[in-house]
Amino acid sequence: MTEAYIYDAVRTPRGKGKKSGSLHEITALELSTQTLEAIRDRNDLDTKYVDDVVLGCVSPVGEQGGDIARIAVLNADYAETTAGVQVDRFCASGLEACNMAAAKVMTGEADMAIGGGIESMSRVPMGAAGGAWSSDPQIALKSYFSPQGVGADTIATKWGFSRDDVDAYAVESQRRAAQAWEEGRFSKSIVAVKDQMGGVRLDHDEHMRPEADMQSLAALNPSFAGMGSMGFDEVIKQRYPELEAINHVHHAGNSSGIVDGASAVLFGSKEMGERLGLKPRARVKQMASIGSEPGIMLTGPTDVTLKALKKAGMDVSDIDLYELNEAFASVPMLMMHLLGIDHEKMNVNGGAIAMGHPLGATGGMLLGTMVDELERADKETALVTLCVGAGMGTATIIERV
Amino acid sequence: MNLETFSFDIDGDGIAHAVFDVPGRSMNTLTGKAIADIIAITKEVATNDKITGLVISSGKASGFCAGADLGEMNQQAGGGKPESEMSEAELKAMQFERGFSLNKTLRELETCGKPIAVALDGLALGGGLEVALAGHYRVAANDNPKIQFGLPEAKIGLLPGAGGTQRLPRLIGVQEALPLILQGKSFNAEKAHKMGVVNELAPKADTVAKCKAWIKANPDAKAPWDEKGFKMPGGVVHRSPGAGQVATMSNAMLAANTYGNYPAQKNILSCVYEGTQVPIDAGLRIETRYFINTQQRPEAKAMIRSLFLSMQELSKGGNRPAGYDKAEFKKIAVVGAGLMGAGIAYVQAKAGIPTVLVDVSKENAEKGKDYSRRLVEKDLSRGKTTQDKGDKLLDLITTTDSYDDVKGADLVVEAVFENPELKAKITKMAEDVISADAIFGSNTSTLPITGLAEASSRPENFIGIHFFSPVERMGLVEIITGEKTSEETLAKSIDYVLAIRKTPIVVNDSRGFYTSRCFGTYTQEGMAMLAEGIKPAIIENVGRQSGMPMGALEVSDSVGLDTALKVGRQMAQAAGVDYDSNELGQMMAWLVEDQGRVGRKAGKGFYDYNEKGKPARLWPDLNTRIDVTVDECPPELKKHLTNRFLVRQAVEVARCFEEGVITDARDADIGSILAWGFAPYTGGCASYMDLIWGIPEFVAEADALAEKYGDRFKVPQLLRDMAANGETFYSRFPPGGVKQKAAA
Repeated sequence: MTEAYIYDAVRTPRGKGKKSGSLHEITALELSTQTLEAIRDRNDLDTKYVDDVVLGCVSPVGEQGGDIARIAVLNADYAETTAGVQVDRFCASGLEACNMAAAKVMTGEADMAIGGGIESMSRVPMGAAGGAWSSDPQIALKSYFSPQGVGADTIATKWGFSRDDVDAYAVESQRRAAQAWEEGRFSKSIVAVKDQMGGVRLDHDEHMRPEADMQSLAALNPSFAGMGSMGFDEVIKQRYPELEAINHVHHAGNSSGIVDGASAVLFGSKEMGERLGLKPRARVKQMASIGSEPGIMLTGPTDVTLKALKKAGMDVSDIDLYELNEAFASVPMLMMHLLGIDHEKMNVNGGAIAMGHPLGATGGMLLGTMVDELERADKETALVTLCVGAGMGTATIIERV
Repeated sequence: MNLETFSFDIDGDGIAHAVFDVPGRSMNTLTGKAIADIIAITKEVATNDKITGLVISSGKASGFCAGADLGEMNQQAGGGKPESEMSEAELKAMQFERGFSLNKTLRELETCGKPIAVALDGLALGGGLEVALAGHYRVAANDNPKIQFGLPEAKIGLLPGAGGTQRLPRLIGVQEALPLILQGKSFNAEKAHKMGVVNELAPKADTVAKCKAWIKANPDAKAPWDEKGFKMPGGVVHRSPGAGQVATMSNAMLAANTYGNYPAQKNILSCVYEGTQVPIDAGLRIETRYFINTQQRPEAKAMIRSLFLSMQELSKGGNRPAGYDKAEFKKIAVVGAGLMGAGIAYVQAKAGIPTVLVDVSKENAEKGKDYSRRLVEKDLSRGKTTQDKGDKLLDLITTTDSYDDVKGADLVVEAVFENPELKAKITKMAEDVISADAIFGSNTSTLPITGLAEASSRPENFIGIHFFSPVERMGLVEIITGEKTSEETLAKSIDYVLAIRKTPIVVNDSRGFYTSRCFGTYTQEGMAMLAEGIKPAIIENVGRQSGMPMGALEVSDSVGLDTALKVGRQMAQAAGVDYDSNELGQMMAWLVEDQGRVGRKAGKGFYDYNEKGKPARLWPDLNTRIDVTVDECPPELKKHLTNRFLVRQAVEVARCFEEGVITDARDADIGSILAWGFAPYTGGCASYMDLIWGIPEFVAEADALAEKYGDRFKVPQLLRDMAANGETFYSRFPPGGVKQKAAA
């Protein structure tokens, strides 16, 4: 099979996902358009060689609906022949989009393809796409539907992570993100978002709170205790009768931030890269997705990591850097605990607790972060993964070339 | 038109008036004939040009209609080709057509182009309310305090299948409608008017006239959902975020409250979720399909039979021997003014029976009467009674320390401590003063009646009357016949239980009788799990989620761990084993004797209790004493533990049948649900074996459990015979079976 190489990766800065956020005045289409333009312009790319653009988006309705990938291709003035497709694997949509783009290269369907994602959470709110899972009684009861936050709290309860534990993780995420920005570790990928006049609208992640400490986090109320007492604690205990009560430890300060952003990653075959004079930066070594228990919802990363490693013939220790989306603090903490991964290898530049999680775009952002970090830190392999709604995990292993 | 259950006439204005009046019944129900009549009336109203509108009312003083005829529904037969010869598709088509007929007719009535108004002078429940909802306008009486409306189908494992799940949400919104349909609670006319379920309130005498006036003023009336641009109150799921949240929270709350054990409730949610997203005609078809799906579940069959039919039968004395006049109780003496006696005195007085409350001193007896005083005060403060009624109730209770006052009592209920000598003494003292045909009932939960009757000079008049605590809240009374108890005494005892508005079951004598004996197995199984090293939270959660009202350890705390320890030692001694040398015995002794954790009464047992006496949390240090080896409970284990809990209880019930302790399947079912809260969705212990498992499958499961856990799961030969003969408890121990020893 053809090898798929990563030639470039870009992302927008992440704007606060509310009306006062810097990117609220920029359409989702425009955010996607600007990342596609950047990939093209940075690489002097003749877009007629780009066969397809795959973008993840979790709320594909309104301005994000109707196959935003193809519409962004047209708006970015790509060749008319470049196709576009939008995919949804909830929080792993962006990574799934990258995996599909890479797979298209591997199978020979495409010689060059772009993966990535878009989510303007300030403009198209989370949940806007609806769905049957929580509302249709036939599936909601059978699968113990509970909100993600209750699942995250259930993980903390079941594996004994205290409020102090998860808060400490969050403080460290903020510290790492601040340091990464200070040292310019993201500068290779960040593409400042331009406004309607062509002026710079946002050039940094604006959700970060580097000043956060244990005291300030301790003042925050748990976010999901109310939901829990309205019934979801009893629901999740039906799947986990070993839990007497759910310890609600997550809050706004140790959960991922709601933000706006877009990402794009350029994949291609070796031949096409050579033909276009592009230098490969990483090779896609393995991809995997998996389903996990849907009630607790967020344990998939461990399962999919093991699956990807096994398929690649690798061990946990063979990976130099792990990047697991910080949907909630307990999610990376659980994988570190279960797989014996040192915190020094996990989310080295902080994560979504500090910088935010623009749902459909995040997977592409994390992949780009790892391409940059392998080069900066002179490491060889990285594994990117995310926990996924309805109980799934998606992962990608890359190797520096 | 040839109508049997309705009268029909047309007035000078062309307004037709159909009066629902099923002959020979005190209450209208939707019998097959009534449905046929509604079909005929619908056709007439739709096609007769002289008719300008229709008023439907009732000819019964009792009300409009109590709903479907459940007795008839249970024995519905298909016409035409026998079901056994039908293909699956034919069978399903026939079932749908049959199930859809009333829905179809009511929809035709609703869309016939003429205004339809319904006068509701009394109760309209279930199908009765659904018929009313298919009219365009409802006028309810505001001068009938007994009037009530509701859709109670879910309470017996069914769902409203004549448009209730479609029209009520469209009328008042999903958020308002769902609790009414899921919980089946009834509501009065005022509330119905406030919610918009009825359109107008008027005195009984005027409701029909109001309907006619409305018809004249609204010749073009339509249901709101047939108007162009109809918007459902509160919006429709997937079209309005608010409605989506209602759907999500409704699912969560149902799961939290019922643990997914009740198929009807889940299907009700689906009727509303799916049905409100499509036009009402499609919604009604969806409702019918879910109705049939629900009706065919074993849970529905079991719940209808136990919670409706059997409950009704037993509450009317269905297990009473025939041929004896109904006993009147002009005076009843209650001896022993402790918690039980005080409660018994209260329920008697509440039923209007003059009661003499006897204790060793007048002071003690007065203390017992204080219990009634407190209950009356509580009812007064909640507006549930009046000062006058409360005073009358209390006046009916005479307190005394003298047996002279017992003279003339038709019945003496003895409710002293579980001490055979004391009980014998009281039996003698009472019998000395009461007449020869008066009966003597002993309230005991465990002491064999035949033994107690030895103290009696008239053992044929001696019977066990086992009340449950708190007496005023528990609906069941277990009547125990001793070896010499006469049928007449049994009949009188049943009359007594009915007079105090409780439900009797009748059992034969044995230690622990029926309820105490079987109930204990649930807690014992929980204790066994604890001794095996299963994490306490698993035991408690799985117990509750299996449908039991409390976790097994919580029940033990309520009974008292000191009592459990005592009973455990007694039972072990009787079995010739050393209780204190096994793991469980050691733990119980440690809890009670070393830690002083004797249960709820001390605020500490397996649980720590808060100031209100509610369990706050499992005692964390319990984990220091037990070696937890099972701390995860995946679905397979949960199912296994659920089976252990429920099968263990059912095996004990089967043994009671074999030993002749219990002789009527209804008594077994109702007793298990009312006495110890056995998972109600199963219809009770006998139906659990009959319907939820099937006898052969139950035997196989019990055998597998016996293999793993020992003889306590060993089924009696009776069950093997029943499995071999294709018998069920309801076929082998049918209603009305003679009260005699059933042992082969």
